[in-house]
Amino acid sequence: MSWTKKVLRVNLTEGSCTEEPLNMEWVEQFLGQRGLATKYLLEEMDPKVDALSPENKMIFTTGPLTGTMASTGGRYSVVTKSPLTGGLACSNSGGFFGNEMKNAGWDMVIVEGKSATPVYLSIQNEKAELVSADEYWGKSAWETEEGLKAKHQDPLLRVATIGVSGEKGVLFAAVINDLHRAAGRSGVGTVMGSKNLKAITIRGTKGVGNIKDPARFFQATQEAKKVLAENPVTGEGLPALGTQVLMNVINEVGGMPTRNWQDSVFEGASKISGEAMLEARESDGKANLTRNGGCFACTIACGRISTIDPEHFTVKDKPEYQIASGGLEYEASWALGCDTGVDDLDALTFANFLCNEQGMDPISLGSTIASAMELYEMGALTKEDTGGIELNFGSAEALVKTCELTGLGEGFGAIIGMGSQRMCEKYGHPELSMTSKGQEFPAYDGRAIQGIGLGYATSNRGGCHLRGYTIASEVLGIPIKTDPADSDGKADLLKAFQDATAAFDSAGICIFTSFAWTLENVAPQLDAACEGDWTPERLAELGERVYNLEREFNYAAGQTGADDALPPRLTKEPVKQGPMKGQVNELGKMLPEYYAARGWNADGTIPQETKDRLGL
Amino acid sequence: MQKSLLIDADKCTGCLQCEMACSVSAEGSFNPSKSRIKIFPFHDEGVFVPYTCTQCDEAWCLHACPVEAIQLNKETGAKEVINDLCVGCKVCTISCPFGTINYNADSGKVIKCDLCGGDPECAKACPTDAITYVDANWTGYDKMKASAAKAIPGQPAS
Repeated sequence: MSWTKKVLRVNLTEGSCTEEPLNMEWVEQFLGQRGLATKYLLEEMDPKVDALSPENKMIFTTGPLTGTMASTGGRYSVVTKSPLTGGLACSNSGGFFGNEMKNAGWDMVIVEGKSATPVYLSIQNEKAELVSADEYWGKSAWETEEGLKAKHQDPLLRVATIGVSGEKGVLFAAVINDLHRAAGRSGVGTVMGSKNLKAITIRGTKGVGNIKDPARFFQATQEAKKVLAENPVTGEGLPALGTQVLMNVINEVGGMPTRNWQDSVFEGASKISGEAMLEARESDGKANLTRNGGCFACTIACGRISTIDPEHFTVKDKPEYQIASGGLEYEASWALGCDTGVDDLDALTFANFLCNEQGMDPISLGSTIASAMELYEMGALTKEDTGGIELNFGSAEALVKTCELTGLGEGFGAIIGMGSQRMCEKYGHPELSMTSKGQEFPAYDGRAIQGIGLGYATSNRGGCHLRGYTIASEVLGIPIKTDPADSDGKADLLKAFQDATAAFDSAGICIFTSFAWTLENVAPQLDAACEGDWTPERLAELGERVYNLEREFNYAAGQTGADDALPPRLTKEPVKQGPMKGQVNELGKMLPEYYAARGWNADGTIPQETKDRLGL
Repeated sequence: MQKSLLIDADKCTGCLQCEMACSVSAEGSFNPSKSRIKIFPFHDEGVFVPYTCTQCDEAWCLHACPVEAIQLNKETGAKEVINDLCVGCKVCTISCPFGTINYNADSGKVIKCDLCGGDPECAKACPTDAITYVDANWTGYDKMKASAAKAIPGQPAS
């Protein structure tokens, strides 16, 4: 069954850690990880609670394939109410933390309440305790991990922690594990900080066993790994160039949001691309990319490990940053680069280091800085507001300085830390915030690429590409090529992607496998691992159930169909240049089609018959 | 023909598939903490190094064992721990210069690589061929071949 069937409940107010059985009835209905934790949260907590109050709960959750040899089977998610969107936060991370939780004998850790003073949660197999974190409060994620490993005299300790940004209430703070893997989006690190919970440390030595049918499991996982190895994206493109393989591709399509979405082609894209990361630089003859790295059990290994030119202004005289560390993924390179107009690869790499060091979501950070740059250039934000920073598009110095301040929640960084929606409202231009439901968009222009725009509007966690990656079809032709400029059929396409993604996430594997795998490849692995008679059809239905459950949470939290929206720049300001010139997102046409495809009412509510069909 | 594990750290991505293959084969569950092969991530350098027993001919662990619980498998060349004989005294863990034999507190015995009886699971599980199982007499073959290739006319001198 590949479950430990145990949940650790941690009450920070009372200082207690208790064990309880996993609700196997809910497992049957919601599988694991994303789906299962959402069910727990909705059942246990009123979604209307203030996200930063002790009443909010925070669930660290694994899936049935987490901790196994299934490729990429090391994922965990942090599920809570988001302070950024006011809806559901569900942020997925790789690295080596999720498998360690399972190895310690826990499927899930539920954190509730608020500690009076800073603490960390120490888990060693069945032993769990809250320990004072006074000495780590005010420290970065990197210092905290190093300090905790030294304190426990255990180099094999796995650590998930927040940096200073999460303590200071930056609304897009992330939870960082293994130094540079992140449960990045929607401010899950901010919630952790609000609870005075600095970190979770785990050592597990119990092993992940109880595979339902080991022989069939090994055969299924072997076959699935072969599919990944033989696929051009997962077998070649991602290991060689990482997600940065997309930088030149998306730019050539004309779907590269640039300078806060004023433009849709970035002239500097090739300088900050995956290919550029491989080029030897003049100073020391080395490339930005040191090597690729894999998360736990991952046979793709898209992770970038980068080293900044020691002569570069960002790290000169700072030996602590002249090391190999987590390098640029496409989203970070876009948000910190294209969206701010900065084409300095090493500056972006440094900004990315800062995101890992202080625990910030680079998408929301870069996008918020980009909107601040537009406010600054139009005069709505002054040098007085920025504390003297000349916040012009294209300025690497301004970008880096602003990232440093935001990481510490200091000065102008505290303004950026509000996120783009609140900041743009504060300065009188809410229309310049490139967000849906309060969360910043990722790296694909929803005017040039119709389906992804519909995805941003309808995503259950606000602006996001990882809830329905229609780019696979609209740009890469996976599983079939559709025309990015054409809105016809995109409602059905998006629904299929959203449902399948919810199933991948709930299984405990990485969504990047879906470049090569469909539910046909996932089902045999799951079915051999655990009870439930998992077929591709059942998984698709599960995905739809999870998607609707998340929608129920958001509605109960106060969101409505009116929140399925895009800013006017996407629906009214046509693309200015490139192959997609003249296009806007046709949300008005697609949204009713999407509601119909989902079996929802015209106002976006879920009718009882759809709930009945999905067993909700 | 005897074979040997050949490790090429340049190819390792640190995914731990080897540690899972080892532990599930030896212990019955996916449990990196019980793996006989370990991956060492050197973070600041951006390098992952797989490391395990080299199966020394004059094996320190074998000689140190007071109860002859470590024995040579003549077919594979592996030094194997005989669980029924091991008393958990840990002298072998002190004598091994490489640290590749370790005590397992759950069983009260020591654990080390036994080459899975001649079909090592780690090598089969490695997705990047960082771990291979090759002719013990020719572990330098690929490196030698790469050096030899420099003699091909028209190749750069370096």
